[in-house]
Amino acid sequence: MSYKAKFRIWRGEGGEGRLEDFTVEVNEGEVVLDIIHRLQATQAPDLAVRWNCKAGKCGSCSMEINGKPKLGCMTRMSTFGEDEVITVTPMRTFPVIKDLVTDVSFNYQKAREIPSFTPPSDVRPGEYRMKQIDVERSQEFRKCIECFMCNNVCHVIRDHDENKQAFAGPRFLMQIAELDMHPYDVADRQDSAQDEHGLGYCNITKCCTEVCPEHIKITDNALIPMKERVVDRRYDPLVWLGNKIFKRSAAK
Amino acid sequence: MDIERHEFDVVVIGAGGAGLRAAIEARQQGKKTAIVCKSLFGKAHTVMAEGGAAAAMGNVNPADNWQVHFRDTMRGGKFLNNWRMAELHAKEAPDRVWELEAWGALFDRTKDGKISQRNFGGHEYPRLAHVGDRTGLEMIRTLQQRVVALQQEDYAVHGDYEAYIKVFAECTVTRLLKDDAGAIAGTFGYRRETGRLMLIEAPAVVLATGGIGKSYVVTSNSWEYTGDGHALALLAGARLINMEFIQFHPTGMVWPPSVRGILVTESVRGDGGVLRNSEGKRFMFDYIPEVFKDKYATTEEEADRWYTDQAGNRRPPELLPRDEVARAINSEVKAGRGSPQGGVFLDVSSRLPAEEIRRRLPSMHHQFKELADVDITAEPMQVGPTCHYVMGGVEVDADTAAASVPGLFAAGEVSGGMHGSNRLGGNSLSDLLVFGRRAGAGAAAYIDGLERRPAVPDDAVAEAQAEVLAPLERPGENPYEVHHELQRTMNELVGIIRRAGEMAEALEAVEKLRERAKGVGAAGSRIYNPGWHLCLDLRNMLLVSECVARAALARQESRGGHTRDDYPDMTADWRRRLLVCTAAPDGTSVNVQEQVQPSMRADLITLFERGELSKYLTDEEMAEYDLAVKES
Ligand SMILES: Cc1cc2nc3c(=O)[nH]c(=O)nc-3n(C[C@H](O)[C@H](O)[C@H](O)COP(=O)(O)OP(=O)(O)OC[C@H]3O[C@@H](n4cnc5c(N)ncnc54)[C@H](O)[C@@H]3O)c2cc1C
Ligand code: SF4
Ligand code: SF4
Ligand code: FES
Repeated sequence: MSYKAKFRIWRGEGGEGRLEDFTVEVNEGEVVLDIIHRLQATQAPDLAVRWNCKAGKCGSCSMEINGKPKLGCMTRMSTFGEDEVITVTPMRTFPVIKDLVTDVSFNYQKAREIPSFTPPSDVRPGEYRMKQIDVERSQEFRKCIECFMCNNVCHVIRDHDENKQAFAGPRFLMQIAELDMHPYDVADRQDSAQDEHGLGYCNITKCCTEVCPEHIKITDNALIPMKERVVDRRYDPLVWLGNKIFKRSAAK
Repeated sequence: MDIERHEFDVVVIGAGGAGLRAAIEARQQGKKTAIVCKSLFGKAHTVMAEGGAAAAMGNVNPADNWQVHFRDTMRGGKFLNNWRMAELHAKEAPDRVWELEAWGALFDRTKDGKISQRNFGGHEYPRLAHVGDRTGLEMIRTLQQRVVALQQEDYAVHGDYEAYIKVFAECTVTRLLKDDAGAIAGTFGYRRETGRLMLIEAPAVVLATGGIGKSYVVTSNSWEYTGDGHALALLAGARLINMEFIQFHPTGMVWPPSVRGILVTESVRGDGGVLRNSEGKRFMFDYIPEVFKDKYATTEEEADRWYTDQAGNRRPPELLPRDEVARAINSEVKAGRGSPQGGVFLDVSSRLPAEEIRRRLPSMHHQFKELADVDITAEPMQVGPTCHYVMGGVEVDADTAAASVPGLFAAGEVSGGMHGSNRLGGNSLSDLLVFGRRAGAGAAAYIDGLERRPAVPDDAVAEAQAEVLAPLERPGENPYEVHHELQRTMNELVGIIRRAGEMAEALEAVEKLRERAKGVGAAGSRIYNPGWHLCLDLRNMLLVSECVARAALARQESRGGHTRDDYPDMTADWRRRLLVCTAAPDGTSVNVQEQVQPSMRADLITLFERGELSKYLTDEEMAEYDLAVKES
């Protein structure tokens, strides 16, 4: 059942690098990450790659396989032809540290800029009451495993470093939507989504949704509704107040 | 290259549930806190936890309370647990879960809007707070976001996000450093991304490094689980207890080979899934042990009724504690009644509608579909035991999480005692929160009592530096080969079923591997070099493996996560004995000693019925029990 596959893998550090060719054994049922591990164990012990769970749960092993952002641990070798050359490169939007490992600190910086969950001051732990249906919208977004592939693929920053300052990327715009839809969050998030985190840059191309390994409908369920809320809000400030009061009382 | 230096009050090693909760507590008590972790922030092993966090909130069944949870935990651990830890855990878990909710966690709900709770093996009532089958992700994200929230508070006050809590991601600690008086003075390690060496001076260190599963071939654990915290503690002079007890989770994937060991959550069984052998038989009915006879259903009809009427029926035997189920599967496969790929069948497809399976077990559905081409709504899965969790770990004081070395604390999987000889599912996530918080508080209180900061001796730094750089400086054997051989050795010789001869053989093999490990080398630079990292991890895996094998060889009985072919019975006499491992400071030898388990406090022991206790305790202990009952 096993065969020899041809891989071209990006190798390099300190801003320099090149594609290196490898021929490597592949067995039944294996994924791309298995092959990279085999290379480490047999041919290239210092080949750098991130991974943890090997089951699509931690979002560590993001890479570009034949130019498409993918989780290495969830990409089956059986999806390629046996004589196909498989090209593996690091995520393009983030600076390369070495080989397939990139500097994703951009994402952690952005995470820190989003004001955190803000509950009302008069609800104590243990007193929260929420209906399943009211938490489900935010729960969808909380499935996010922070693989950062949506941020990697979004054209606003993919080849535009200059936009990184002003744009949180789909991952964190979605987090704003998630908090805005949280039944107990009382922070005002709509103005800042637009003015501080760059929601306006998004022109709903849905590339982010397409690559999300958790199949979260980032654009349809988070970004577009958030845009609508911003628009409504800007027409009528009373709408916002009403929304919040409604949310609180519905939660009770 | 020079050594990067930092000063903090508390260094927390580990950014899983235990580490993050500890760091949050230390920071909330005003201590300048560093979090050091090997992976990116938010990727620790806790993220993989699926089923839920056990807490007796009584939301689904109001009969639940801390006493029932305490009893279940002690039973699950076959009464070897540190009962004070089990008590604190059962009492405090609900508050810790509610606290997460106040930090933004969104658990699944009951009809009346409370946190929903699900059934799990060994828990008498539905008790696991959960979010589908991705509870660990919810927990880690919530704690991660709580850390960020605190950083935002600090930014507002001090203009610096990292004024009081700083995360050093992708950094590995290789040594704990002590001052001349033997108290903790800091940590030494390296940045994975750059290879730069790093010294953090701090009077208190909290170990929250998780487990040891990477010493086995078939495991649900990730590369991080090389037993670093266990080894760091040993090398610093601390004591490990219960190292012979390793939990083999009954249901890991068995096919394809490359995913062998990856976990299939117990929720599949909690939500109705059943185990069958190749003859189509629900074999668990044949494996209900004597001590659990009155608690588990003896017919399929009763077992099935239990899902809807728990008051009137006994639980299905698929929900026995994990050690029992893992052994049963092992026996079925050995008897030739296994599935084609060497496991047994776990079927939920004939038990729940497809829609319901997708809703309750979304990530299992996804995992099997993507990795094995199996649609779990239409066909059974094939599963078999996988090395999952280590019950053994650093011996700590229950209330403060302090280890025997001054300034050293431990919480989470790296600590020992709480789960006795076998952990119940769901009791780890709650353990992380309860004892993570206590460790953070313990460290803060310890610092408050110090007169001066301990100083790191220069020679200790020089030694640690030489140790870390050595593999880069020699052309040597490929570390991957030594690692694979260790994994095979432990899997085959100190696995689910153990024999004296095999364990002695394992110890010899480990000794030889240790010699080979001295000669492993790493090609390439210091920048993100996994070969080099593995060279350094070998020290820890070998040390921990030796502890496991030595303790397992010493314990001449079978209990929980320790099954001896040559001593198949559980004995009351061994229950009173804990095995304690210590190591020589250079890590060249491991010593195992016996220690007496303290008797349970009267108000706790009287929570149990005489009939049950007499299956576990010695006559002498039963006399104490009778006295306690009389006096109460
Ligand atoms: C697949 C799976 C499913 C599970 N499901 C459940 C469940 O449903 N319910 C439940 O209760 N339990 C479950 N468990 C068990 C539970 O998840 C773990 O026991 C628990 O998450 C361990 O948490 P921790 O905080 O102790 O360590 P971890 O979350 O493992 O974190 C360890 C941290 O220590 C760091 N670290 C380690 N060594 C070093 C070093 N040398 N230097 C610096 N940093 C270091 C790591 O980088 C990491 O950040 C599951 C386990 C697995 C594998
Ligand atoms: S939908 Fe918006 S956020 Fe997503 S990729 Fe397109 S522009 Fe970027
Ligand atoms: S939203 Fe999806 S693609 Fe983006 S980081 Fe999260 S899991 Fe990855
Ligand atoms: S290794 Fe965790 S998502 Fe791939």
